[in-house]
This record gives sequence, structure tokens and C-alpha cells, in this order.
Amino acid sequence: MAKARAARKRPIRVLIAKPGLDGHDRGAKVVARALRDAGMEVIYAGLRQTPEEIVRAALEEDVDLIGLSILSGAHMALFPRILALLKGEGGHPIPVFAGGIIPDEDARRLKKAGIRAIFGPGTSLDEIVTTAQSLVRPSA
Amino acid sequence: MTGGATRLPAVARAIVDGDRRALARAITAVENGDDSADTVLRSLYPRSGHAVVVGITGPLGVGKSSLVNALVGRLRSLGQTVGVIGVDPSSPFTGGSVLGDRIRLERRADDNGVFFRSMASRGAAGGVAAATREVARLLDAAGFDIVLVETVGSGQVDVAIKDIASTSIVVVVPHLGDEVQTLKAGLFEIADIFCVNKVDLPGAELAKKDLAELVTLGGRGSGWAPAIVGTSTVEPPVGIEELWSDVLAHEKFLDATGERAQGERRRLSAEIVGFARDRVGRELMSRLERDPALRRLLDDVVARRIDPRTAADRLVRGGRRSR
Repeated sequence: MAKARAARKRPIRVLIAKPGLDGHDRGAKVVARALRDAGMEVIYAGLRQTPEEIVRAALEEDVDLIGLSILSGAHMALFPRILALLKGEGGHPIPVFAGGIIPDEDARRLKKAGIRAIFGPGTSLDEIVTTAQSLVRPSA
Repeated sequence: MTGGATRLPAVARAIVDGDRRALARAITAVENGDDSADTVLRSLYPRSGHAVVVGITGPLGVGKSSLVNALVGRLRSLGQTVGVIGVDPSSPFTGGSVLGDRIRLERRADDNGVFFRSMASRGAAGGVAAATREVARLLDAAGFDIVLVETVGSGQVDVAIKDIASTSIVVVVPHLGDEVQTLKAGLFEIADIFCVNKVDLPGAELAKKDLAELVTLGGRGSGWAPAIVGTSTVEPPVGIEELWSDVLAHEKFLDATGERAQGERRRLSAEIVGFARDRVGRELMSRLERDPALRRLLDDVVARRIDPRTAADRLVRGGRRSR
């Protein structure tokens, strides 16, 4: 019984990565810190990751969730590629959320393509944390 | 292979066959203490024991992750496959953690010869997580030639890595302290190799000299005098080949002197007793909570009629007599 309780309480593992070539990671770090403070285990993959590297890291780390931060404007090229690679791995694809500078029109298309949530500038950390939790444990 | 090979459970079979996702999930199960981990660990144990397990420890910020990355590069150029475990601390307040050892890793994304896994310490003291040893064993059984374990940025008493690795590298940098620091008990006692990283910085020669003096003061009696190597991971890297040759020299020493077998017996007996202690402890606790006679014993201790040591004697004896 105690074991079942412990199993349910296992921390959410989330990968935070910056695909592409922009070097501004303050946003990614602030989100990583907030998710940490919410009790999650945050694997910070750092800057300038290719889609292949991100997917490889997500699989090795067996994460429950992937958060992508991007400011370069290359989201329409990189995000669909990441989603396609994840799909190619089979099974239940790992949910992906994103943040950064993403115009509304692009955000709509990316959500349709499978990005589960997109956070623009000014989003509260509470909202990001709550959304992240609900993406992993919809019932909670 | 013998008949045992055919009896592997499906998950264990997949891991042995190189299914990286199965391996990643099994590691999660081991970390979380899930029941499924038990079967995998039991069935894969006979397949472990082939990898060289190397610990990389030292205070925070000395460059452990960068050294691990450099070693991975070196090992891949030698044609060796590498499993890496990077441990970082969990918050004692929220249980959360930021695992950042991965950011130094440079490799081709399609290189299946490297598997990198970050682990949170999850409240364990000593510089590694409770499950680190068994995760290292999974990587070993999965067929990686070398397993590198990078500890939490260690304090003076974080020496648990020596119970996992056959060779421990203690990484320091110039100006960590004077030579008296090297005499202090704990971390410096477990080094098979001292690595003075950031050797391009001023003070590196003094740091090496202090360590060399420490080594001449004599060791643990095994006959191995810790090697001292200066390294740098900024371009152009320095000392990485030498660092790895020192690891191999130590591994050779372990084989030549019989130290490996002795060390294995020591580590495994501690592991067996550890598991047994956990199990017996859980059993006694549940008895103390459920058995009415033992609950009265607890009442007596609460009322100061019996002291805890005497009660423990009765608990253990009662356990033996119990129906």
C-alpha cells in the first residue's frame, strides 16, 4: 500500500530545451526553476539543440513532458520536426509545450500540429506549472 | 549463451538486445522502486559485471560534467561504448531538482554508443542516489563497455561513489585550499586518481604538488599510490588521454593484486546486508504497529516504564518466537 502511494507520488520528469540557434535562455531557466520549485525533476538540456538531440535526450531521460523555448523565429521549421521525430518513436508520444516569441497565427497552427500548450511573454509561472502538471496527469 | 538466456523476461530481453527505450523505462522503474524493476534487476544481474564503472566526484563547479564529456569523446574514439549517469541534488524542500549535467554533452545525435541519464539524488546522502548502483548495473547489463558515474557536487564526506565504482576520480581545481585540506578525512581518502582540472589556471602546479605530497604520506595499504593528472577541457583539451590511461592502470592494478575480487565482495556484502536490513526493518515496523502485545511494549516505552534499547531486544526476540 505504501508502495502504491510512493509510486503515485513520483516526481514528474520534464525536459527543458532550446532548439535552434538563439542564445537567450533566461526564459527557459526561469521556467526550469519554477518547475523545480513545483517538485519536478527538470532536465535542462541547454542551448542550440537540434530536434534529433532533443528527442534523443527525451527518450534516454524517459521524461513525461518536453518544454521548448524559442526566440529565433524558427519555430515553424523546428517544432513540427520534433513532433514528427517523437511520433516516429512509436507508442504514446510525449506531450510537448512551448514558450517564447510565437505569433498567434503560428501558435494556432502549431497547436493543430500537436504542441499541447504555447505560452507567450507575460504568462504567469503558476499557469505554466499548472498546465505542465495537467498535461502529465490530466486527472490530478 | 546457456539456457538462462531464453528465460529472460521480455523487458530484460529488450534491454540486452539494445532497445534504448526499454532501458530508459527500466531505469525510471528502478528509480521509483516500482515492482516491475524487481524482475528486471533480478534477471539481468547475471549479465552484469563486465563494464568498467568509473566514478567522477569532487566539489561543485570543478568541471566534472565537462570532464565526463571529454572522457566520452576519448572513449568513443577508442571504439568503446559508454553509459553515463549524471547525479544532481534534489531539493530538500520541494523534492524538485534541475538536472544540468547533460548540457556539456557533445555527441552525434545518432550515436548509439552513448547513453546518458540524469538522476536526482532524491534525498540520499553521500553524493549519489539510492538507485544509482542499480542503474549502473542496468547499463552494464545492457552491454555498455564503460559506465561513468558523475556524482552530485560533493562535500568532504560524500564518498558513496566508492561503493559503486571500481575506480574513483576525485576532481579538484587550483586554489581549493592549502595542503592541510588534503589531509582531511573523507573525499580525499577515496581517490584512486586525483584530477587537477582547469590546469591552465594559475596555482595548478601548487595544487598538484600538494596532492603529490599527500600521496607520499602513504595510502590505504592497498599498495596503489593515487595518480595525479592535470586536465583542461577548454580548447585544446589537456590530459584527457592521460586521465583515461590512469584509469586503465588502476583497473589493471585491481586485477593483478586481487583487489578487485576483494572490493567486489566488500561492496556486495554491504549491498546484501543493506537490502536485508531494509526488509527486516519494514517487517519489524509493521509488527510493532499490528501485534497487540508489541503495541503494549510501545506503550511501556512511551510511559517511561521500559527504555527503547530493552524494547528493541524484546521486539527482535519476540519476532523470532512469533507464530
